[in-house]
Amino acid sequence: MRDENGPVSRRDALKCLAYGGAGTLFVLSGGVLTPVDVAAAAAGDRPAGLPLFVQISDTHIGFNKEANPDVGATLQAAIARVNALQHQPAFVLHTGDITHLSRAAEFDTAAELLKGLTATELHTVPGEHDVADATVSEYFGRFGAASANRGYYSFDHQGVHLVGLVNVLSFKPGGLGALGPEQLAWLEADLKGRSSSTPLVVFAHMPLWSIYEPWGWGTAEAAAVLALVRRFGSVTVLNGHIHQIVRKVEGHVTFHTARSTAFPQPAAGEGPGPGPMKVPAADLPAALGVSTVSLERHPLGLAVADSTLA
Amino acid sequence: MHHSRVPGARRAAAGAALLLAVSLAGAAAPQPAAAGPTYTIKLEHFMFTPGTLTVPVGATVRWRNLDGEPHTTVSVDGLFRSGALDQGDSYAFTFKAPGNYRYVCSIHPQMVGTIVVTAAP
Repeated sequence: MRDENGPVSRRDALKCLAYGGAGTLFVLSGGVLTPVDVAAAAAGDRPAGLPLFVQISDTHIGFNKEANPDVGATLQAAIARVNALQHQPAFVLHTGDITHLSRAAEFDTAAELLKGLTATELHTVPGEHDVADATVSEYFGRFGAASANRGYYSFDHQGVHLVGLVNVLSFKPGGLGALGPEQLAWLEADLKGRSSSTPLVVFAHMPLWSIYEPWGWGTAEAAAVLALVRRFGSVTVLNGHIHQIVRKVEGHVTFHTARSTAFPQPAAGEGPGPGPMKVPAADLPAALGVSTVSLERHPLGLAVADSTLA
Repeated sequence: MHHSRVPGARRAAAGAALLLAVSLAGAAAPQPAAAGPTYTIKLEHFMFTPGTLTVPVGATVRWRNLDGEPHTTVSVDGLFRSGALDQGDSYAFTFKAPGNYRYVCSIHPQMVGTIVVTAAP
């Protein structure tokens, strides 16, 4: 193990991260997007493919209760971990709940902290905590330009097509997150005509598959989305929201939810609701994290791997 | 998508709306002379209590969050929308027409409630 990361040594970074989450680095390898643990990547255990991007989620800037009184520090620790990667990702995806209460000061603090990333390109989708202001304007005032203020958009990078969706604005009572017919029609048009061999990444805040409906951990139009992406040979669906890793593979589609950098939440159905879960400080590292994905060219496919910070 | 996105205008509106919400939520906020009674709904343990509340037209309903987790109250038909209510925060709305008003917490949409507003006796 080498300590060549300048003033912040790996040991120090690890000490910070004993309390924080890092991110997921996504490596496109043989056309396969492979999340690898950022800690492993920083240590030089580089995945076979080219590091493509890191996923950070659920930073909840503004949260200050006992589950984590200093979410800014844990985000900074995660950023330090990402910056320590030997091969910097081209960009960072934030899959929502940037803030806790959608307040302007929280967004400002988050922006200041995220400026610390060496990778300067940041793509976001909102979480429900980012659009909880009375006029739903704080998030869109800052990040709306990427999507003509719709919230959903797509972009391409190194032959990978990435689609950000918004499933936190049109809930049905007692129901799940929803995309709405307009967004679904847009998605269909966006994917139409694209080669099925294009590696596809679809990201949104709430799970795009049903994990636990009594807590709203799913998206109403999940089946419709799956039908649209099923023909692609390599599909990675990335979400946040539930503050824990849950994965599923269905055909060529890999579903993956990221850890939070702020605090863990209970497993589905444990307790009255999906609120912050207080764990002993010593157990927190095992509950927080970040992932990384790389692109592999041969063979084309998907693989997912995660590890905790413990 | 039921929100149009015009950030500049909306941001200006946001300030005004938030001020309005704060003044409505403040205990000392002056009520109109003909103000009706005030009812309180607790947001606790990821539930609205009572889940269904019947009030006369003109009544004010105040939602108060007791959970450590923030909640909102958002009318399904777009009539009202609180900002994020942190622990101890409240939001109030006065119902001026009879009807059934369903609402959700937009952060936890499994939380649902209904206000039944009856015609004045």
